[in-house]
Amino acid sequence: MLNKNFYLILIISAVFGISFWIGFNVNLLPVEASINAPIYDELFKILFIIGLIIFIGMSIAVIYSLFKFRKRKDQYGDGIALEGNLSLEIVWTIIPSIIVLIIGLYSYNIYDRMGGMKELNHSHEMMTSNTEKIWAGISQASNNEVASNNLSVEVSAMQFAFLFNYPKGEFISGELHVPVDHKVSMKMESKDVIHAFWVPEFRIKQDIIPGQPTILNFTPTKVGKYPIICAELCGPYHGGMRASIIVEEESDYKDWFNKNTKTEVSL
Amino acid sequence: MTISIDSKDSNTKSLQPKGWLRYFSFSLDHKVIGIQYLICGFLFYLIGGTLASAIRIELASPMSDFMPRDVYNQVLTLHGTIMIFLWIVPVVNGAFGNYLIPFYVGARDMAFPRLNAVAFWLIPPSGLMLVASYFVEGAAQAGWTAYPPLSITTPQSGQIIWIMSVLLLGGSSIFGGINFIATIIKLRRPGLKLMQLPMYCWAMLGTSLLVVLSTPVLAGTLILLSFDIVAHTGFFNPVLGGNVVVYQHLFWFYSHPAVYIMVLPAFGLVSEILPVHSRKPLFGYTTMVFSIMGIVVLGLVVWAHHMFTSGTPPWMRLFFTIATAFIAVPTGIKFFNWVATLWGGKISINSAMLFSCGFIINFVFGGITGVALAQVPFDIHVHDTYFVVAHFHYIVYGGTVFIIFSSIYHWFPKVTGKLMNEKLGILHFAITFIGFNLCFAPQHWLGLNGMPRRVAEYDPQFQFVNQISSVGALLMAISTIPFLVNIFLSIKNGKDSGDNPWNALTPEWLTSSPPPVENWEGEAPLVEEPYGYGNPISQEN
Amino acid sequence: MTTLDSSKEIKNNKSEASEHHEDFRMFGLITFLIADGMTFAGFFAAYLTYKAVNPLPDGAIYELELPIPTLNTILLLVSSATFHKAGKALLKNKNSDTQKWLIVTALLGITFLICQLFEYFNLPFGLTDNLFASTFYALTGFHGLHVTLGTLMILIISWQTRPKEGRITNQNMFPLEAVELYWHFVDGIWVILFIILYLL
Ligand code: HEA
Ligand code: HEA
Ligand code: CUA
Ligand SMILES: [Cu+2]
Repeated sequence: MLNKNFYLILIISAVFGISFWIGFNVNLLPVEASINAPIYDELFKILFIIGLIIFIGMSIAVIYSLFKFRKRKDQYGDGIALEGNLSLEIVWTIIPSIIVLIIGLYSYNIYDRMGGMKELNHSHEMMTSNTEKIWAGISQASNNEVASNNLSVEVSAMQFAFLFNYPKGEFISGELHVPVDHKVSMKMESKDVIHAFWVPEFRIKQDIIPGQPTILNFTPTKVGKYPIICAELCGPYHGGMRASIIVEEESDYKDWFNKNTKTEVSL
Repeated sequence: MTISIDSKDSNTKSLQPKGWLRYFSFSLDHKVIGIQYLICGFLFYLIGGTLASAIRIELASPMSDFMPRDVYNQVLTLHGTIMIFLWIVPVVNGAFGNYLIPFYVGARDMAFPRLNAVAFWLIPPSGLMLVASYFVEGAAQAGWTAYPPLSITTPQSGQIIWIMSVLLLGGSSIFGGINFIATIIKLRRPGLKLMQLPMYCWAMLGTSLLVVLSTPVLAGTLILLSFDIVAHTGFFNPVLGGNVVVYQHLFWFYSHPAVYIMVLPAFGLVSEILPVHSRKPLFGYTTMVFSIMGIVVLGLVVWAHHMFTSGTPPWMRLFFTIATAFIAVPTGIKFFNWVATLWGGKISINSAMLFSCGFIINFVFGGITGVALAQVPFDIHVHDTYFVVAHFHYIVYGGTVFIIFSSIYHWFPKVTGKLMNEKLGILHFAITFIGFNLCFAPQHWLGLNGMPRRVAEYDPQFQFVNQISSVGALLMAISTIPFLVNIFLSIKNGKDSGDNPWNALTPEWLTSSPPPVENWEGEAPLVEEPYGYGNPISQEN
Repeated sequence: MTTLDSSKEIKNNKSEASEHHEDFRMFGLITFLIADGMTFAGFFAAYLTYKAVNPLPDGAIYELELPIPTLNTILLLVSSATFHKAGKALLKNKNSDTQKWLIVTALLGITFLICQLFEYFNLPFGLTDNLFASTFYALTGFHGLHVTLGTLMILIISWQTRPKEGRITNQNMFPLEAVELYWHFVDGIWVILFIILYLL
């Protein structure tokens, strides 16, 4: 009897060990380039580990039963007439409920830290008239509010391109240039069908919807060039609907901004 | 209230053609209709699979080179629609439901045999219409979700035909659902209590409730969408003041329950198969029933988890996160109970058993990625990427399709009186299992790293992983060969199975195989313990 | 609408099924009506959402006159009562009375439809004018379709209840009861529709 329990504990700790090891050592995600990304990856790690424990545990249970309880050549008759076991069933109702509840609370926390729970209309007073309704989106993560550094961009999407309007410079660009470590807030609206703005390295996505402005705020943390991908089927060239976001040092950004502003103004 | 079980239109039935021809004519016999559903569904599976193969060929290289981009969109739309509405839903509900439910309730036929036949015969024409729309002006190309305004602005004839055929298929599904509810509740043999029914009946009852409550909403939505297309109303057209997100709510109000319509019957089938082949009673009958009903209720209130990045306000995102994640609880109960059913049994390792166990493993994987997707912050990154594609193929293919195969191996002797070849069956399982995992496991990585779904061209850095996935798809296509060979060989010269090769206790095995037209020669037996396997515990010790 | 002919289908079964099947044919019909009700529920949900979040463009007219729809409500309510009368009469084996009451019911239904059409022609907006107009026509039109179907079925069963040769007797009441239930259902939907569309 003791022996049996010993093996059980051994196996369970092995499952936990393996899952934690994989969870901490296998990286399935692209580089982290915004302040959302590390928060996201934290959640991912937890979900990954819990998922692995459940999956490996269940698989072992199934495969073990297939080996251990397979019918041998000389065996006849049935297995034991066990129709259920209420306490066991209660256990495996309660444990998943607790896990699910914990995951839910934790992801609420993550979502809040990403800025998801902030009121949408308020974070945008800067660029639009207050009366315009914002339908959805994500505001900025709360621990990094640098209002004065706020860069506003208006995004419009159409089949099959993104256009970025810099209201302060009064020019439109096909590439999104942003200074590193500054909060960027975008108001997005589509001209035809639904598109979506996705930057995998930032772990953010928001649909761009005709007739319903949405917002998306983020703060890039790593200099570089990242793809902006349209993630909502929008027609034949949906796969080609991409743009780039260029995160650069503030001085480089200023140069770029001034260059563009000048040419536009002189027109 | 008394219900007599004989006296069903026997004279109509004796006029029906005999032999294989009856499977191709208008028949009222529930067994014939069940087989008709299965054959028809399988043919559409081959078509849908061919389209899937075309998708995987296109995606073997990062450029859009195998077919034009708009054709690619048509192919993936048809693939999704055919697989869901013409393969999974009709087979797992219509085929097995029609064949088994009357046996399980001790009846000679379904409650409304004529409605039943009509429901089936709606399917082939609407399916053919859907496939044929490709040759008109191009098929629909807005995805199986047909989100407006895209579905309003793409070529119209394809989209309208798509709407028509989904409406007809929905109608067929509603008729089926009404029939199942009436049969299970009203047509039970005297003396048979609800809590003595085999689990598949409960699963079908739950499924049919979902069908009856949610499919009509899809019908209404698609009618509105077709008005937008042909009459230029503006329900979902923002140019005319409409609201595109309302469509998404209405659509997912049906299409989330639809995923349980695709999987609950599979849960029922696996509950029939596991006890027989592990020679043990089904573990925890009562909790199984409650968890089915729990899934039905929860399933109706989680639809917006498909819209986390859409125009949904924060509170709505959170509510639907919590509701969705809780579906893991009743589902988990079922899975733990199945493992407990295996535990301590005398398991025969045959094709039916292997496919069922493969189902458990695959579904748990897909379910776990589902729970992850249910978390808003997680979903915001992976929504509309290959991660989602991987999630649902793990469930629909690794789950439901595995169970369809398992059920075919299990009930083949019932239908034909012949045994299937186990060696070929196990070969089929091995290739399917390996090919399936090879195809869809890598797609999780693709999604996390930046490959959106529904694209014909992609970043070259993803080429290698996509090719692995395509090889997996090739293996899945190959795996249909041993299966089809097995079916034809076994029908032609399979070993005689006898009436009850598995020594099963559920009612369908208590008559001859294949069963007579009226199901039982005499009275229908009263099966109070469909899972009464096992030696008493005392004996074992 | 594909779902509509199922009530007919259920009725057709009657010819084969013997008396004791009555019970679950009614059950099937109720299930069908629940399904049908869900279609309306979807429409109502869409309408209410539009009303809550999609303001109409300036200058859009969506004033609804109340007299005709109120009259229509009364017509339908009365027709439910007359249908009930018909059933009562059949129970007492007075087939000619049943027939009379059924025809009265059908006439009320037809009047309803005429009034509805009259309203359509006098409305200041057309189907595609704005969101409200479209939803209005979709909802009332879909309901009107149900009334049309119901009226046709009433005419059919009133023919079938004719004394002597008629198929429907108090031994075989199912067709009449089925259509009656359907008619009450359509009536109930109208009341909800009237409240939501005209009064709210
Ligand atoms: C049969 C089909 C089926 C089934 C059963 C499911 C089941 C589930 N699905 Fe899935 N899903 C689809 C088919 C299905 N899905 C499809 C087709 C899509 C894409 C549609 C499209 O956009 O085209 C989709 C998309 C989809 C999304 C949207 C993703 C996106 O587009 O961004 C989400 C998000 O919440 C989701 C969640 C879930 C969850 C939580 C379950 C749960 O029911 C799973 C529950 C099961 C388990 C969890 C495993 C067993 C449980 C245990 C072993 C207990 C212990 C576990 C824990 C404590 C976690 N699914
Ligand atoms: C519901 C069931 C279901 C099933 C069973 C499958 C099965 C498969 N699916 Fe699919 N799939 C969906 C439902 C399903 N799918 C849905 C709903 C979508 C979303 C669509 C959308 O975005 O709108 C989708 C989308 C989808 C995509 C994403 C497309 C995109 O977003 O760009 C991919 C890509 O790999 C894919 C692949 C496959 C593969 C390889 C199989 C394989 O498992 C298929 C294996 C079967 C075969 C290979 C058949 C074998 C037969 C032959 C090869 C033919 C021989 C011919 C004769 C003998 C005549 N599917
Ligand atoms: Cu724009 Cu896809
Ligand atoms: Cu869902």
